Amino acid sequence: MEKREYRHIGKPLDRAEALEKVTGRATYVHDMELPGMLYGKSLHSPYARARIVSIDTSDAKALPGVKAVLTGEDTSHLIGLYMIDKRIIASGITRYQGEVVAAVAAIDEDTAEKAISLIKVEYEKLPAVLNIDDALEAKILVHEDINELEYLKGVFFPQPDSNIASWNKTITGDVEKAFLESDFVIESEMYLPAAAHTPIETHVAIAEVNPYSDKIKIWSSAQSPFAIRQLMAKSFGIPEGEIQVIVPYVGGAFGGKAGVHLEPLAALLSKACKGRPVKVQATREEEFNQLPSRAGMRSKIKTGVTKDGKITGFKAYYDWDSGAYADYGVNVGKTAIYSGAGAYEIPNVEIHSRTLYTNKVFSTAYRGFGHLETHWAIERQMDIVAQKIGMDPYEFRMKNILEPGKHTISGEIISESTGSPGDCLTAVAKAINWTGYQSEEERKAQMKTGKVRGKGIALLQKAPAMPTSTTTSAIIQMDGDGNAKVLIGAIDMGQGANTAMRQIAAEALDLPIEKVEVVWEADTHKNPYDWQTVASKFTYMGGNAVIRAAEDAILQMKKVAAQVFRCEADKLEHKDGYIYHVHHMEKRLPYGKLARGYAYENGNAIGGVVIGRGTYIADGLTNLDAETGQGLPALVWTYGAHGIDLEVDIETGDIHIFKIASAFDVGQVINRKVIEGQIIGGVLQGLGSALFEGMIFNQEGKLMNPSFTDYKIPTAMDIPDEMVPICIENPQFDGPFGARGVAEHPMISVPSVVGNALYDALGINFYELPLSPENVALAIVNNKKED
Amino acid sequence: MCNHHENKNCFEYVDSQMPRVFLELVVNGEKVQELIDPTMTLLNFLRINLKLFGTKEGCGEGECGACTIIMNNRTVNSCLVLAIEAQDADILTVEGLSKDGELSVLQQEFIKYDALQCGFCTPGMLMSARALLDRNPDPTTEEVKEGIAGNFCRCTGYQTIVDAILSAAKREREELR
Repeated sequence: MEKREYRHIGKPLDRAEALEKVTGRATYVHDMELPGMLYGKSLHSPYARARIVSIDTSDAKALPGVKAVLTGEDTSHLIGLYMIDKRIIASGITRYQGEVVAAVAAIDEDTAEKAISLIKVEYEKLPAVLNIDDALEAKILVHEDINELEYLKGVFFPQPDSNIASWNKTITGDVEKAFLESDFVIESEMYLPAAAHTPIETHVAIAEVNPYSDKIKIWSSAQSPFAIRQLMAKSFGIPEGEIQVIVPYVGGAFGGKAGVHLEPLAALLSKACKGRPVKVQATREEEFNQLPSRAGMRSKIKTGVTKDGKITGFKAYYDWDSGAYADYGVNVGKTAIYSGAGAYEIPNVEIHSRTLYTNKVFSTAYRGFGHLETHWAIERQMDIVAQKIGMDPYEFRMKNILEPGKHTISGEIISESTGSPGDCLTAVAKAINWTGYQSEEERKAQMKTGKVRGKGIALLQKAPAMPTSTTTSAIIQMDGDGNAKVLIGAIDMGQGANTAMRQIAAEALDLPIEKVEVVWEADTHKNPYDWQTVASKFTYMGGNAVIRAAEDAILQMKKVAAQVFRCEADKLEHKDGYIYHVHHMEKRLPYGKLARGYAYENGNAIGGVVIGRGTYIADGLTNLDAETGQGLPALVWTYGAHGIDLEVDIETGDIHIFKIASAFDVGQVINRKVIEGQIIGGVLQGLGSALFEGMIFNQEGKLMNPSFTDYKIPTAMDIPDEMVPICIENPQFDGPFGARGVAEHPMISVPSVVGNALYDALGINFYELPLSPENVALAIVNNKKED
Repeated sequence: MCNHHENKNCFEYVDSQMPRVFLELVVNGEKVQELIDPTMTLLNFLRINLKLFGTKEGCGEGECGACTIIMNNRTVNSCLVLAIEAQDADILTVEGLSKDGELSVLQQEFIKYDALQCGFCTPGMLMSARALLDRNPDPTTEEVKEGIAGNFCRCTGYQTIVDAILSAAKREREELR
C-alpha cells in the first residue's frame, strides 16, 4: 500500500495537557480535597497466613477525631474481576502479609494513623503456601472454599481442592510424537520474580456514599472507571448507574490501576461516616505490599527441532506464583496459551498455564501482561536452541517466524495486514550490526581486558488480552463556532491517548488541530463507555470509534447542508471545516453554521445540534476451547523486536548498555513524539525488570523490600548510551489510518535480549532474573570453576 | 455542641493545646507568615497550608524526588524537611517557574521534547533541572543525568528529559548573551 500523507496523523504534535503538567496545575486525586473530607488508613496482616482470633478496636474508636473503625466483621462483600474471591477487609483468615484487616476514617491522616496503632489484633499464625511447588502440592489451600467460588465460566478453569485458580491449555498436533521425530530436544527451566509497577502517584481513591440512597461517587487514580463501576455494583448489589466514577489526571498506572482497588474500602468507610467523603491513599509501602504486583513465574519448556533449524514441537508448563487473590492473574496466565510460544509457526504445541494461589501479595496486570514473563523463557530458549544446533539465532528465528498464510498456536491465520515480525527483527539486527555470536577465541581475548562486549536480539508479540465482546465509544459535539469537543471513556495516564484521539478526530473532521479538543477527566456519568484503558487496545478500538463519530457528525451536517443546497447529501464533501458541493465549490457552509442547526434568513431553522456518535466492538473473537486452546483471541497483533549491544565488567558483573534498538510494526504512527516516548519509556521499564527489579520474600512470606530504598527502579543514571526507537509501518487494514497499539510492547523481551547478549559476551546462559551485578558476577565465578 | 475548653476528649480542645511556632519565609517571591505545628513537613506546609499542590508526594521517604523544591538555591526533598527548617528561607516551587503568564524556557523545552508522560514527577524534575542549570549553565549529558538522578520517573525513560534540559541550557545561554 502506498504511504499516504496526512494533515495530522504521524505528526509530532505536543501533547495537549503538557501545559497543565509543566506548571503544576494538573490536578491528580492525590491533590484533591473535598468539603468535609476524612482520611482513611488501613491496618495490615503481619503474617502471610493467619487466623484472626480477635480484634479490639475500642481504643481506636475512643480516640478524638476518629469517625469510623471497620473490621472484616463489618462487611461481607466479595469482589473480584474474574474470580469473586476477595473480601474488602479480611475476615477470619488473612492470606498475605499486607492484607487489610481493619480500616479507620478520621479527620486527618495523623489521627487516622494513631487510631490504627491503637487497634489490637490477636492472630494465630498458620503455615503458608509460599512457593510454586507447595502451591501445586496443595497440602494447604489458600482458598479452602475454592470449589464454591464464583468465576467467569468457559474462560477460566479453577481446579477443585487445589490452589489452581485457573488451568488453561493449548494442545494442538502431537507434541510427543514431534519430539521423537526431532533431531534435537532441548529442555530449559526459567524463572522470574514478582515485580512492582511503582507508579509515582500511589493508588488513591475518594468515595462519597449517599446515606439516603444507593448513590456512590468516586474519584480515583484508575485506569478503568467503568470496570470499577461494574465490579462495585455487583459486589454492593446496586445498579451500575448508581455509581459515578471520575478520573482526573493519573500519576502512572502500568496495569496496576486497572480493575478495582481502594475504591470499595473508601466507600465502606464513607458509608460508616454518614456519607462524608473519605480519601484513602496508599503509602509507598502499601503500594508494594498491599496492592498487587506482577506475578513471579516459572517456565519449564521443551523444544523439538530438526538439524536444519525447523521447530517441530513446543511444550511448556507456565506456573504463576500469583498470590492470594486471582484479580487479573488468571487472565495473565491465559495469555500464555495463545501467545506463549512466541511469534513463530510451530505445528505441534502443548502449553499448560497454571495461575496459582499462594500466600503472597496478589498479582495483577502489568504492562504487556503475561508476555514479558513468557517471552523471558521463549526468547532465551530460542537462543539456547540455536546454540545447540549451531545456527545463528537470527537465522533460526527467521526460519520459524510467522508470515502471511501461517497460523498462530491457537489456529489464527496470519495475513498481510497482521504486521511483520520479520521486518522488526531485521531492522534491529541491522541497527546493532548483528553478525552472529562471537567465537570462543574472541570471547577469551576480550576476557583479558576485564570487559566483554556482547550483542543480542529478541522477538516479541502481543495482542490485547480482553473479553471477546470488548467495546468502546466516542462522542463528538460540534460547538457553535465549528470547533469540536471529543468525549471518550479512556483514561490518558500519560500514554497519550487523548493526544492521539485529538489527531485522529482532527484528521477525520479535517479541522486545524487547535479546533479539536479531547475533553479531559473521564466521568462515567458523562463520558461514553469504554471497557478499560488496558491492553494497548485504545488507539485501535478508540481510534476507530472516534473516526466513526466524526463521520457521523459530518453526515449529520451534510444532511442539513443538502437541504440548504437542494441536492443529495452524497453530492457533498467536507474539507477544512466546510461542507461543500463537489461540483459547485462555491456552495459551501462552515461547520459552525450547521453545528446547531441551520437558520435561513427569514428565521426558519432546520437540523439540530450536531452530535457524532461512534462505537467499536471487537468482532469475530471467540473464547478458546477449554481443552485445545484453539480459537480467535486476538483482535490485533503487534510485533516487535529488540537488538542490544552491551558490555559486562567481569569483576563486578555490571552491565553497560551502549545501544538498544527496538522496532515495532505499529501499522501507522499517529504521533511520532508520543510513540517514541512509549517505546523508550517501556524499554527502560523493561531494563528495570531485566537488571535489578524483583520482590524479595523471606521464609515466612514477608516482603523484605517494600520501599524505594530496597526496591530500585531505573534512574537517569541507568539509561543506555543510545536508545533507538524504530517504527515499522505495515498498515493494519481495519486500524484507524492503519494503526495498531504499542504502549505495552516495548517492555516485552527486554530481559530476554539482555540475557541473549550476556550469552554472546560470556558464553553463559542465564535462566533467572534479575540479571543483577551480583547474579552476573556469581555466574561468571561459577562458570570459571566449571572450566 | 461541646464546650471545647472543658471537654478534654474533644478534638478541638486537643488541637488547641498543640504548640505552634511562627514561620516566616518567601515562597515563589511572596512573603508568607503563619503559625504552624512544629512537626509539620515543608511538603505538607506547601500543600496543606499554602494549597500549592504542584509539589507531589511519591514516597514520603526522600527516595523518589517527586517533592523536590528549591530552598535557598538548593534542591531539597521537601518531605524530609520540617517546615520550621525553612525559617526565613527563599522557596521556589513549580508554581513559581513561569513569570507573568509566560512559561520559562525549561518548561517550554519539556513540552517540546515531550519530557513528560503522566506528569506526576514533572514538578520535582523541573525543580532539579532548574537548580542544576542555576549552578551549571553548560552541563554535559552526564552532568544532567546526575542532576536528575534523585528524581524517579517511571514513564519516560528519562531520555527526553535529558534532551529537554540540554536544550533549555543552550537556549538560556543564548538568551544571556
